[in-house]
Amino acid sequence: MSEGIGARVLRKEDKRFITGKGRYTDDIVEANQAYAAFVRSPHAHARIIAIDTSAAMAIEGVETVLMGPELVADGIGNIICGWGVTSKDGSAMNMGAWSALATDKVRYVGDAVAIVVADSKSIAKLAAEAVVVTYEELPVVVGSVQALAKGAPQLHDNAPGNLIFDWEIGDLAPTDAALATAAHVTEMDITNNRLAPNPMEPRSAIATFNEAEDHYTLYTTSQNPHVARLVLSAFYNVAPEHKLRVIAPDVGGGFGSKIYIYPEEIACLWAAMKSGRSIKWTSDRTEAFLTDAHGRDHVSTAKIGFDKDGMIVGLKVDTKANLGAYMSLFSSAVPTYLYATLLSGQYNIANIYCNVQAVYTNTVPVDAYRGAGRPEACYVIERLMETAAREMGMDPSELRAKNFVTSFPHQTPVIMAYDSGDFAANQKQAQDAADVAGFAARKAEAASRGKLRGLGYSNYIEACGIAPSAAVGSLGAGVGLWESAEVRVNPVGTIEILTGSHSHGQGHETTFAQIVAERFGLPTENIQIVHGDTDKVQFGMGTYGSRSGAVGMSAIVKAMDKVEAKVKKIAAHVLEAGEDDIVIEGGAVKVAGTDKQMLWHEVGLAAYTAHNIPAGMEPGLKESAFYDPTNFTFPAGCYICEVEVDPDTGVTEVVQFVASDDFGTIINPMIVEGQVHGGIAQGIGQAMLENVVYDDAGQQLSASYMDYTMPRADDLPNYSVHHASTTCPGNPLGMKGCGEAGAIGSPPAVINAITDAIGNNNLSMPATPAAVWTALQDVRSKLAAE
Amino acid sequence: MYETNFHKASTAQDAAALLAKSDDGKILAGGQTLIPTMKQRLAAPADLVDLSRAEALRGVTITKRKKMGIMKADGGETITIGAMTTHAEVAGNTELAQVCPVICGLAGNIGDPAVRHRGTIGGSVANNDPAADYPAALLALGATIHTNSRDIAAEDYFKGMFLTALDDMEIITAVSFQAPVVGGYGKFPNPASRYAMAGVFVAKSVDGEVRVSVTGAGDNGVYRHAGLEAALSADWSASAVDAVEVSADGLMSDLHGTAAYRANLIKVMAKRALA
Repeated sequence: MSEGIGARVLRKEDKRFITGKGRYTDDIVEANQAYAAFVRSPHAHARIIAIDTSAAMAIEGVETVLMGPELVADGIGNIICGWGVTSKDGSAMNMGAWSALATDKVRYVGDAVAIVVADSKSIAKLAAEAVVVTYEELPVVVGSVQALAKGAPQLHDNAPGNLIFDWEIGDLAPTDAALATAAHVTEMDITNNRLAPNPMEPRSAIATFNEAEDHYTLYTTSQNPHVARLVLSAFYNVAPEHKLRVIAPDVGGGFGSKIYIYPEEIACLWAAMKSGRSIKWTSDRTEAFLTDAHGRDHVSTAKIGFDKDGMIVGLKVDTKANLGAYMSLFSSAVPTYLYATLLSGQYNIANIYCNVQAVYTNTVPVDAYRGAGRPEACYVIERLMETAAREMGMDPSELRAKNFVTSFPHQTPVIMAYDSGDFAANQKQAQDAADVAGFAARKAEAASRGKLRGLGYSNYIEACGIAPSAAVGSLGAGVGLWESAEVRVNPVGTIEILTGSHSHGQGHETTFAQIVAERFGLPTENIQIVHGDTDKVQFGMGTYGSRSGAVGMSAIVKAMDKVEAKVKKIAAHVLEAGEDDIVIEGGAVKVAGTDKQMLWHEVGLAAYTAHNIPAGMEPGLKESAFYDPTNFTFPAGCYICEVEVDPDTGVTEVVQFVASDDFGTIINPMIVEGQVHGGIAQGIGQAMLENVVYDDAGQQLSASYMDYTMPRADDLPNYSVHHASTTCPGNPLGMKGCGEAGAIGSPPAVINAITDAIGNNNLSMPATPAAVWTALQDVRSKLAAE
Repeated sequence: MYETNFHKASTAQDAAALLAKSDDGKILAGGQTLIPTMKQRLAAPADLVDLSRAEALRGVTITKRKKMGIMKADGGETITIGAMTTHAEVAGNTELAQVCPVICGLAGNIGDPAVRHRGTIGGSVANNDPAADYPAALLALGATIHTNSRDIAAEDYFKGMFLTALDDMEIITAVSFQAPVVGGYGKFPNPASRYAMAGVFVAKSVDGEVRVSVTGAGDNGVYRHAGLEAALSADWSASAVDAVEVSADGLMSDLHGTAAYRANLIKVMAKRALA
């Protein structure tokens, strides 16, 4: 089957994307459309004393200027966090109020204070600048450690000491005991740098209120339009759910940052109702740096203990997670249930304890960004393993291998139950592809050119396909994490798949069609994927957490099961055969072992004409299904990075990057490889290039591409991507997910390689030339002193 | 971007007349800095006077030193580059590459292809970004900056970060310099912006004078480095650079690197300029 599972089908969506024919939110123009601009705080922490809009209102073309107190008076709700995390003392998290437009205080640079609506974008911006806000500046704190310190500036009254929660997982006493008696303990301070998501398309929204129909429409750059509608209606009261249509048309990347419902969409919908105008807002790049939820920003200390044979006896981690000025939608889950639950890595570890303190600071809210918690966990355990191997004089791959989990299912001490995997197979495949045996010779050759060559491993495991609804509910999630699908077979036999997953770069229009093509023996040309519109698709939980394959496609499979059952009933009836004898093959529905058959479209027509279908059967051929996953899925793999460092400048070149992944069943290897390439690019970006930097006043110093180093083609190597897969037992297709693995697995491999090259393990991300050179100077001055 | 009035000038005189009529006019000489700055609403000139059609300000002329001889890359040729000559035109000029390859190499490494096809030498020199490449070249080559009213020696022209000797109404028409006997440019690009974090231009003139200029690293724009000049005057070699103490005093520290790191880069880039 040339277009079925495993085929490298070219992406159906690329014709429009590559030729500039995509239809993004900002491309859409509504009748009577006005433009919004936001008045934003220039201060990281200040009290609002007064707002004078008179000069702005006097500008010709200004429709209205609306502010926080009016928004609150209209009953627009505060922005929610969708996952309640309970502190270790049993108390609920201390969540400060976040109004879409600030009422009394601003808490980060970029905090929205007012929305200006005008006839054009330039008038709106001019008027926003003409709004005079009088602030009383307050002391500022930007780092999580500093925010927890005694006497730190306080952001929210109900979060004393800026502490949102103090959470723990695992058993403290046995972990301490294991570490106390360990033959070797490796202890490290580990920082996971703050990143800005930088999707190619900035966030955008068009809000319309049709008074005559009493109906709202919101076009928005969302990864999950149904969740947006639910939250906008049930929590923010901007429109009733049944009178609000949310459409996420073509969306140009998200990486997590477009999961959340931001102040701008809320304010645009509200202002559309107030003003009677359709209102468009599109972020510019600076606004994106200042307001898109950032990722990562952990400060940790970690200890791992080994017995005399190198077997792990315990792991203890203390993490301070900077959540920024307000709690974003999934911000609480990222440094807890998506992080500490993965600290066991690929290893048998009997005792694990992790304490996480989540902290308010005067920075942009932090939430899920490609990997969301798992990159932070992977970085902790894989930096520890490499470092421990060096300290104990062991080969880092052997130390890992002797601690691998080898039998499944495997229950870790931190909730997760790994269902499948063959970690040794991935490591072997990666080592062979990387020619690890030849590394010493390559290192010597590099030395002859004056370069320092190093090699680093990362054996990652992560958790995707989130997740069983009852399980996440018991852990505090406010939503279920199933997915829905509808399979509509038309009378002519073509098929529309309606899915609650959302594609913003993942290629669903291609891969989802492939599983249907495989099942019914049809060309993908005959299959259309519909997503991103709450009026078309009944409900869905959207795309994040590498869930669209394992969960979204599983829902399609369940719906196809129902279609297949009905098709067989109809065919058995028409062909006068037993249902069990009917097979579907190559676009035909046949009686096995005979030449009796109906063509696929003949069954479709029969279902809709309903002239000759079984008695009592409803006409039509359309089925829907909800799929609730039975477990997380556990993609895993081994990444090996090789670098060369120029000791004169610290410039580091990634000269080889090998990935061996276990993603379970692969639908389209070309698309999967693309996901791995993109993920590794972002991982190398985090490890060597990207960094959000604040000054002490809370101003972002890195808020443009002049200072924020996005990975470019010449920063990146050619990737060597391989697969050694085990089937996931938890879902019908055996899929594990591939969207985040590259970004999760790669940073520790890069840093392990660089620290190997320079002989100094004291190196934080991003390993910029200056950082690497400085670390080299430290080694040299130490050597000189000895 | 704030609203602005766009004018096209076909000569420097036209441009000067248009500028004179404006309260707050700016020359658009490629716009690779000015336009992004305007888009970020950090600059708001009332009038923009575009010189991209001023053909007389465009092109490279090379005057041979020896009237009869075959043109040879032995230095001393007078090179004049029109202000509106793009970086790509300088980089791709094969005659220029024979007499002064270092300037072609420098131009070919500015920004990205889009920048190199719009950005001009006049625009770069007028802006005097502290991390731009051309100021280092002109200072080390002892160039002359020609304007619509006078000639200014590079030595007197660069006045610190984004500051020059230009008057408000003055327009650069060309730059000229003598090809060095030998010259080189070592540039360490900022990982994000790809401007110079440290760019070192070394040149030895036909008279034997050695000049070394540094861009990107200083906290007040391009400058000449006396220590490196002295060392290279005595011994034109990379090993001579090794003996030079490059102080971090007066160098920039920012999120991309400390002054100490930039001091190191100056030495390394000086050596690479000599390689």
